[in-house]
Amino acid sequence: MKETTATEKLSQVLDTIPKLLLDHAKKRADRPANRLKDLGIWQTWTWSEVADEVRNLACGLSKIGFQRGDKLAVIGDNRPRLYWSMVAAQALGGIPVPLYQDSVAEEMVYVLENADVKYAIVQNQEQTDKLLEIKDRLPNLKHICYEEPRGMRDYTQDFIHYYKDIQKTGRDYHNENPDYFLQEIGKGQGSDISIFLYTSGTTGKPKGVVLTSDNLIITARNSIEFDNLTSEEEVLAYLPMAWVGDNIFSLAQAYVIGFCVNCPENPETVMTDLKEIGPTYYFAPPAIYETVLTKVMIRMEDASKIKRSMFKYFMDLAKSVGIRILDGKPVSFKERILYSIGQFLVYGPLKNNLGLSRTRLAYTAGEAIGPEIFEFFRSLGINIKQLYGQTEASVFICAQPDGQVKADTVGTAYPGVELRLADNNEVFYRSPGVFHSYYKNPESTAETKDAEGWVATGDAGFFDEDGHLKIIDRAKDVGRMSDGTMFAPKYIENKLKFFPFIKEAVAFGDEKEFTTAFICIDIEAVGNWAERKNLAYSGYTDLSARAEVYDLLQECVETVNADLARDEKLSGSQIKRFLLLHKELDADDGELTRTRKVRRRIVAEKYAVLISALDDPQQTHCEIDSQMTFEDGRTGMVHADLQIRESALAESQVHTLAA
Amino acid sequence: MEILTTIFIQPFFDMAADPILFLQVIWEGFVTGILYSLIALGFVLIFKASGVFNFAQGIMVVFAALTLVGLHENGIPAYIALPITILVMYALAFSVERLVLRPLVNQPDIILFMATIGVTFFLIGFGEFIFGGEPKMMITEELLLPYGSITFFDDMLILQEIDIAASGIAALALIFLALFLGKTKIGIALRAVADDNQAALSVGVSLNTIWVLVWFISGIIALITGIMWGAKSDVSFALSIIAFKALPVLILGGFTSVQGAIVGGLIIGIGEKIGEFYWGDLVGGSIESWLAYMIALVFLLFRPQGLFGEKIIERV
Amino acid sequence: MESKFGDYLLSVDHISLSFGGVKALKDISFGIREKEVFAIIGPNGAGKTSMLNVINGFYHPQEGEITYKGVHRKQMKSHDAAVHGIARTFQNVALFKGMSTLDNIMTGRIIHMKRNLFWQAIYLGPARKEEMANREYVEDIIDFLEIQAIRRTPVGRLPYGLQKRVELGRALAMEPDLLLLDEPMAGMNIEEKQDMCRFVLDVNDQYGTTIALIEHDMSVVMDISDKVVVLDYGEKLAEGTPDEIRGNQTVIDAYLGVTTAN
Repeated sequence: MKETTATEKLSQVLDTIPKLLLDHAKKRADRPANRLKDLGIWQTWTWSEVADEVRNLACGLSKIGFQRGDKLAVIGDNRPRLYWSMVAAQALGGIPVPLYQDSVAEEMVYVLENADVKYAIVQNQEQTDKLLEIKDRLPNLKHICYEEPRGMRDYTQDFIHYYKDIQKTGRDYHNENPDYFLQEIGKGQGSDISIFLYTSGTTGKPKGVVLTSDNLIITARNSIEFDNLTSEEEVLAYLPMAWVGDNIFSLAQAYVIGFCVNCPENPETVMTDLKEIGPTYYFAPPAIYETVLTKVMIRMEDASKIKRSMFKYFMDLAKSVGIRILDGKPVSFKERILYSIGQFLVYGPLKNNLGLSRTRLAYTAGEAIGPEIFEFFRSLGINIKQLYGQTEASVFICAQPDGQVKADTVGTAYPGVELRLADNNEVFYRSPGVFHSYYKNPESTAETKDAEGWVATGDAGFFDEDGHLKIIDRAKDVGRMSDGTMFAPKYIENKLKFFPFIKEAVAFGDEKEFTTAFICIDIEAVGNWAERKNLAYSGYTDLSARAEVYDLLQECVETVNADLARDEKLSGSQIKRFLLLHKELDADDGELTRTRKVRRRIVAEKYAVLISALDDPQQTHCEIDSQMTFEDGRTGMVHADLQIRESALAESQVHTLAA
Repeated sequence: MEILTTIFIQPFFDMAADPILFLQVIWEGFVTGILYSLIALGFVLIFKASGVFNFAQGIMVVFAALTLVGLHENGIPAYIALPITILVMYALAFSVERLVLRPLVNQPDIILFMATIGVTFFLIGFGEFIFGGEPKMMITEELLLPYGSITFFDDMLILQEIDIAASGIAALALIFLALFLGKTKIGIALRAVADDNQAALSVGVSLNTIWVLVWFISGIIALITGIMWGAKSDVSFALSIIAFKALPVLILGGFTSVQGAIVGGLIIGIGEKIGEFYWGDLVGGSIESWLAYMIALVFLLFRPQGLFGEKIIERV
Repeated sequence: MESKFGDYLLSVDHISLSFGGVKALKDISFGIREKEVFAIIGPNGAGKTSMLNVINGFYHPQEGEITYKGVHRKQMKSHDAAVHGIARTFQNVALFKGMSTLDNIMTGRIIHMKRNLFWQAIYLGPARKEEMANREYVEDIIDFLEIQAIRRTPVGRLPYGLQKRVELGRALAMEPDLLLLDEPMAGMNIEEKQDMCRFVLDVNDQYGTTIALIEHDMSVVMDISDKVVVLDYGEKLAEGTPDEIRGNQTVIDAYLGVTTAN
């Protein structure tokens, strides 16, 4: 009797994840909540089963001393039991702290210490071993609980527990105190801290982003409305649990609307599992879409001639027709018929093979996605969209509304999000998802978030004619040309690098009259092109110096210029003069970081002669001696005489319209 | 010019002009093809499991049919003669394994091939000795097989009931075989043996049992083929000649592929009937007897491993 | 230490094997105890693989006696060996190349499948239940060997290291009492070797399986085995614990010396 009244009271305000769980356990008790492929079979848990699992775990944790406010580290691959751990901690008023499962023990020390972690629930022996290795340095860490018993037989320490044993004591505890669990959940409210998510800062120590229940749940509600998500969605949870996106896609959204979250068998089987589940809603970083596209293309190379030409014909058709269908634009009857044939022969089987045949909505974010990759998936009828987000915003800042999808913007302000651009074009936002604080780091909090709740993203951007935000670069890298035009080097370089012929590009324009660029050709792509043209060459330097190659690259540069001309703010930063470097930028020469990012300053110093030649309109070529590291590790000097090309500047289209 | 028309245009024109007739030709080809498929299947099973090219497959068809009819002639009713024939086929499989395969294990393929020629002559001699050499009638009626015909399109399309039954029984046999090979212990064991003898031994597969089994299955298939073929003509040693039609089927379908045997059989069956009917007159008829070999020859040039066969990769 | 092991599971007494005039094994005797990791080492051509082939019945020795599970025999038959719990892997990987990983491991269950031809044929009732049980056993092994990702991949397409792992899986599916491994780490890189060592020790530990292995890589053998027999030119040079073998002068001269010279 008591239990029902208690639940009724709870269900009135569903402002925490555990309250939502109880609600689903009642409303859709027998609908699937989680699936996990184990021993080759998909195991399913319904919402009511999940509620029981979470309750037993929570009661068991409290039995070994878990208190309100305690921090629980969660480490492992995406597994239902680990998600339940987070919910169990929240039910008890504790705070889950998911960690990146592939971090080495050393990297975990800082986070575990900074977050005052007292309990840890980990996936397996491997993660347990990591924690044991650093336990001496973590006086706060009291208990470790593992999910998979394999290999754990000889771990007899009394602070190490088996997940199911904890649940067993929890079940007994619940039988003795049937109200305890509900009472604990009842104590929670929306303003409570829900989770700590550590951002893997590019510089310095990671910062613990503190998010409240309101942050996550309100954001999730907005996003569900924005994209019409229903309780029938199927998602595959395969991105790290420590990443904010997974907490929204696989936890907050799932618990708000009640859809099913599927967990892969292990990280290597993701592609197979994807195919078996056929998610309706899917997120992947651009790199994954790119890998998929490359795989398809390679497979088509090996296919028979008939298949290949069929594929080519229908993919060309899809590029014009499929995208229009997706955007709700008019399509002729004949095109529609042909597209249906293509659906039957090519798109359908292909999507099925990629596990995307049911995908209604797909997102990508994190970095710029190549337009041809974007187009490929959209032409297949997969509604792939870009979003712009941050941990500090509980993911969503901007996203592309259906029917307004462009490859080079991140869309409009998300529901509930206010956007503002600073004078230097840095993007600021304010939203219900804005984080509470950085844990134990008031200085950083104050630096990032002002008193009115505006958060600095550190990214520079501007709005295009349709009000879509374009992110162009990190704010600190954006410069001004001498006439005051905004100069965003990475934006220009990325545009160049989308051409397969271009491996690297470095643009210069800060405090200059016009923009210039170094371009490194992609030896494979350009080499292939040269072979087809019967152009003989002896190596990279030779190929780069060819007039034909210069012509080819000039076309690329001019396409980029035409593209830039469409943006009022960037039109002035079109590339006026460029040269093809005689060698590839190389990490061994210190020109790139090991993760292949250009070291702008070093390149500028090393090739100062070339830059000044580019800046001087009189010079048509430039000689240079530079040091380079050969394949075998020897270093030597290379002499080269580089041509400089002038590229045509496009009329600013925005400008013409105004005039 | 005219000759080109008669070769390349006229036949297709004829086909389009009388589609019902064309259908009739295809049906005739289909029925023959299914029987070719069955014979080729017998070859494939034995070849897969033991690497032996079984020359005796054709004579097994005659021997099985002869045993059945011969037993009936000696006053044994059909419903008893049939199980006895099956037992005889088992005894044959068992003896071949004991007396031929086992003593010759690990001998070169050509030796085993020669041994199956020996089996062929033994079966001819043995069959004649017991049942006599003269052609016999198949006991169609006693086996409850239908006769007569069904017609469609105002008697333009005529299907013999025995042909329909033959296709049905053959299809059933193929489904049964596919299930058997795919799902059962013996099926798995057979695939294992076909893939790697030594590995199969190490997981406890008994090669001898498998050999007896595949020869027995081939024997049953031979019996089915014998009954059907015998019902269409008569039961005599001349029947074994159709076994040679299995050769082009195998070249087309690949020696190791069950699907290949089926598809190959149908292609050859339908192909030679169409060839005979529409192009036969050009060369004075009866191209049916050699067209299959022509098709196979062309195939050998372009795809020596057959339609479904494994790629033949010789490693040094 | 000795208490970990039980009675002799298999012993060979005075085994001699010759092919034509060539003597491959000369008067070999040794015993393998239950739960032991037993290594047979020796240079190439020492007769290691021949010894394994005698144990699992591929070769039939001319002289001597094999005692397995208390039964004395002049020779093993390979089918008997498999049915009575001797499983093996091969030096050059003998998998069913056309089948998937799952089907390959499934063949290890053949000896545990009942001979119910009729039910099997129509795949109903008990046969179905039996297949489920077998499949579950196979899935446990797939999980144990961490090869879920290649479950449906035809083994011919797998890299060598993984093929070896699948082969081990097939042998394990037989639920063997005695597992014979013919150079399980041959041709592997360091990481794959470490994985394989871990699996071998885990099998020994978790399933309590007795293991007899042949290995060329001395360091591996010394780390994981309880008992070592050294063969050279078909003759037994020595037998003992890894430490005893390390100190044995005859072995050092005949085998270890050769390795250092390399």
